[in-house]
Amino acid sequence: MPKLKVDGVELEVPAGATVLQACELAGKEIPRFCYHERLSIAGNCRMCLVEVKPGPPKPQASCALPASEGQEIRTDSEMVKKAREGVMEFLLINHPLDCPICDQGGECDLQDQSVAYGRGASRYHEHKRAVTEKYMGPLIKTIMTRCIHCTRCVRFSEEIAGVDEIGALYRGENMQISTYLEQAAKHELSANVIDLCPVGALTSRPYAFEARPWELKKTLSIDVSDAIGSNIRLDSRGREVLRILPRVNDDVNEEWLSDRGRYMVDGLTRRRLDKPWLRRDGKLVAATWAEAFDAVAKINPGPSVAVIAGDLVDCETMFAARKLAGALGSTLLEGRQTGLAYDCSNLAAVNFNSTLAGIEDADAILIIGSMVRDEAPLLNTRLRKAVKKGAKVFIVGAEWDPTYPATFLGEDIAVANDLPAEVAQVFEAAKKPAVIVGGAGLAKGGREAALALSERFNLVREGWNGFNVVHMAASRMGGLMLGYAQKGGIADLAAAKPKMVISLGADEVDFTKFADSMIVHIGHHGDKAAHAADVILPAAAFSEKDGTYVNTEGRVQYAEAAVFPPGDARQDWTILRAMADALGVSVGFDSFEQLRAAMVAEVPALGSEGLADYGALPAAPAGAKAEGAIAGYPIKDRYLTNAIARASVTLQRCSAELVHGESFAEAAE
Amino acid sequence: MADRHPEPDSPELRARWGNFAWTAENAEKAKEIIARYPAGRQRSAVMPLLDLAQRQVGAEENTQGWLPLPVMEYVAAQLDMPIIRVLEVATFYTMYNIQPVGRFHVQVCGTTPCMLRGSDDIMAACKAKGLKKGHTTPDGLFTLTEVECMGNCASAPMVQINDDNYEDLTAERVTHILDELAAGRQPKTGTQEPGRHTVEPAGALSNLTAMVSENHDYRGEW
Repeated sequence: MPKLKVDGVELEVPAGATVLQACELAGKEIPRFCYHERLSIAGNCRMCLVEVKPGPPKPQASCALPASEGQEIRTDSEMVKKAREGVMEFLLINHPLDCPICDQGGECDLQDQSVAYGRGASRYHEHKRAVTEKYMGPLIKTIMTRCIHCTRCVRFSEEIAGVDEIGALYRGENMQISTYLEQAAKHELSANVIDLCPVGALTSRPYAFEARPWELKKTLSIDVSDAIGSNIRLDSRGREVLRILPRVNDDVNEEWLSDRGRYMVDGLTRRRLDKPWLRRDGKLVAATWAEAFDAVAKINPGPSVAVIAGDLVDCETMFAARKLAGALGSTLLEGRQTGLAYDCSNLAAVNFNSTLAGIEDADAILIIGSMVRDEAPLLNTRLRKAVKKGAKVFIVGAEWDPTYPATFLGEDIAVANDLPAEVAQVFEAAKKPAVIVGGAGLAKGGREAALALSERFNLVREGWNGFNVVHMAASRMGGLMLGYAQKGGIADLAAAKPKMVISLGADEVDFTKFADSMIVHIGHHGDKAAHAADVILPAAAFSEKDGTYVNTEGRVQYAEAAVFPPGDARQDWTILRAMADALGVSVGFDSFEQLRAAMVAEVPALGSEGLADYGALPAAPAGAKAEGAIAGYPIKDRYLTNAIARASVTLQRCSAELVHGESFAEAAE
Repeated sequence: MADRHPEPDSPELRARWGNFAWTAENAEKAKEIIARYPAGRQRSAVMPLLDLAQRQVGAEENTQGWLPLPVMEYVAAQLDMPIIRVLEVATFYTMYNIQPVGRFHVQVCGTTPCMLRGSDDIMAACKAKGLKKGHTTPDGLFTLTEVECMGNCASAPMVQINDDNYEDLTAERVTHILDELAAGRQPKTGTQEPGRHTVEPAGALSNLTAMVSENHDYRGEW
C-alpha cells in the first residue's frame, strides 16, 4: 500500500496501482485515449502525461507508471499543461476537422479533451495524412483518416474477444488499423470496438448519420437477446429507439454488449403488429380491439386455457397471464417453447449459481452441451478470463471454437456420467470446480448428470457454488419463478388439448400440436406465432414497457419503457386485464403498480433487485443418467434468435454475410 | 512508405503461391529456428521464418525474394499464430518485401549523413541507369528503393543491394557496380574507396587521437 502525494494531497493507493489510478483516486481527471480499464496498457497516446518526482525531469505517461512509495505527482503544473497541449496538437495534426459530419460528434473523447486540454488553435499548415477506407463488416463503419492509433480495438479483439481479427499494419505515421484483407469482423462482440474507439474512426454502420447524442432520450433497460440480462441504455428520439448501448455493470456485462443485442434495435420498428387481427375463413383480417375482445369472449374456454410464454417477455406479463389463467381455473403454464422438460421443482438446480462474475474464479470448468459463444456471448468472455487465470476447460458436445484452450470430450453426453480419469483428477484437485449445463445438455439429461457430479466433486463448498445452468431466453428464470413449467414440458399442454392457448410472444412453438385450440397471440412482431394465431392482440416490445427480468444467474433487474408501442398496440398487462373483462373474470389488479405489488406479494424475490435466493441444491436423482449425443446446438443462426432480431435488417444482413457467407458489393461512395 | 501495401490477393497469386512449402533444407532450418525459443513461445520465430520464406521465394524466382500473402499464411499456420499478427510484422519491417522485387534490390540510403555526402548523385546515377524509385526495371533486374539510415555513416554514401553493402560511392562507382551486376559478375562489396578496408579514418586520424595507444579519459576535457 504505497503512500504518495497527488497535487500535494497525501493518499494511500492499493499495491500494484498505476500513477493514473492513483490520480483518479485523488479525484483528479487524467485525459487519456489509449488507456482503458479493461484492456492491457499500451501507453502510446501520451495524453496522460503527469509530472512525477522522483524520476527523470520530464513528464511521464501515468498509465504505464507504477505508483510507488513517496512519489510526488503533479497534474496541475505548467509542465503538465504544456505537455498535454503538445500531445493534443500532435494528435490533431493528422486528425481531420470533420466533426460536423462525424457520427462521434458530441460524444467524442478527442473533441472533449481538445476543448479541455488543447491549445485552441493549430500551428500546422502542411498537408494532412489520409488513409483509405477499410471494410470491417456490416456493423462497423470505418473512417480511418480519423484514427489516432490508440490500438484499443486491436487490444479488444485480441484480449476480450480472443480472435485476433483486427491488427495494426505498417508503422509510425503510416500505421493503419485493419482486419486481414479487409474481411468482415465476425466475432459476436465485435461491435464493442465502436464504443471503445475514442474518436470517430470506428462508428456504427447502421446508425450512421441517424442522430446526434444530445437529441436522444436515454432510458435504462435490460437486453432480452439472451439470458445474460446485459444492462443497456436505449437511446430514443420521438417514437423510435435509434440505438442500444451497453451500460457498465461489473456483475453482469462489464461494459460489453453482444452484437445481437445491440443491433436488433431496427427490428423494433419493422414487421410490427400494430393492430388486432382476426382469422376469418382461414385468413387474417384487421380488426378493432372491440372485435378482437368479442372474438376472445366467444371462445369462452372456461378452465380449458393454457399459456405459453415467449423468450422476450417480462415477469409482469407472465404474472398477469398467470392470474388470468388462474381466474379461469387453469394452471397450464409453460415457457420452454421448444419442448424441454427438465425438472424445475428446485430452482437452484436450474440456475447459474457461480454468478457471471464468480465464474472467473473457477479453476476447472466442465461445459455440458453449450455453444457458449452463441448462447451467452458475454459468458464466454468470463470463461476466457478464467482460462487466462489458469482454469482448465472441458467441453462435452460437438466441437466449436471457444477462443481459449479447451478439451473436447466428444459428442456423447454419457461421458458426463463417468468422467475420464484425467478430467476427474483435475476436478478433484480444483479449488473452485464448476459445471455449466447448456440447452443441448438440458435436453439430454445433463442437469441430472451435473447434479451427480456436484455430489461427487463437492461443487458446493464454503464460499463457492459450482453448479450452473446457462439459459438462452431472457424470460426463462423469471418464468420458472412464476411457475411457467409443467412436469412434461409443453407436451403436457398439448396433451390437455386446451380450448384456448394464450401465446405471450411465443414464436418458437410448434403450433401444429395445438391445431384444435384457438390461439390468442399477444405479441409484438408478425413472426411465427402470428402465422398460427386465430386472434392477434398487438402488444409492446421490451423497449415499450416497464418490466422485471431475471437473468440466468437469478439476478432480478428492472427495465423501463423508452417509447410507446406503435399504432393500436398496447402494453401486455393492459391487454390481459381487458381480456379478463371480456371473459368475465377478475384478476385483481387495475394498474401496473397493483400488478407489480401482487406479483411481489406472491413471489417476493421479484421485489428487490439483485440475486434471488433459491436455497440449496437438491440431491442428485438416483439412477438418472445422461444419454445421447450432442451433435448440434439449439442456435443455428446466432443473429436471428428471436422475433425482433429476425425483423432486423441489420441482423439479417449479418446472418447472410457472416453466418452464410454471402458477399455484398460495397456501394461506391 | 505510404504506398507500401501487400500484393493484392488474387486467384493468380493463390495459384502461384498457394502450394508454398519449405524445401527440405529450409524445413530443417525452420525447425532449428523454432527450437531456439522455449516451447509454447514458437511465435517468436516469426521474423527469422519470414526472412527464410522470403529467401526461398527469391531462390525460386531468382530475385531478392518477397512475401506473397499465401506464404505469410503458411508461416502463420506453422507457428500457430493469427495471420493478422504475421501481416503486422511483415508490413512493419521494410526489409520484408511485400511486393515482388527484381533480381537486385537497390536500397539507396538517403538519410542526412549520406545526403550530405552526395546520395542525391547516387539516386541520379541510378535514375540514369533506368531505375525508378519504387519500381522494378522492365528486365526484372533492378528494384530501386530509398531507405533510411543503414548505419554506414562513416563510409557514406552507400547502397545496399540484396545482402551486400557498397560504400564510399560516387556516381561512377555506383554505375560500375550496377553494370557489373547486370553483367552477372560480383563487384567488390564494402567500401569502394581504393586503399580503404572498412571504415577506418580516411587519411590521418582526426579525432580521438589520444585513444590510439591507450585508453584515455576525455571526460575532463568536455
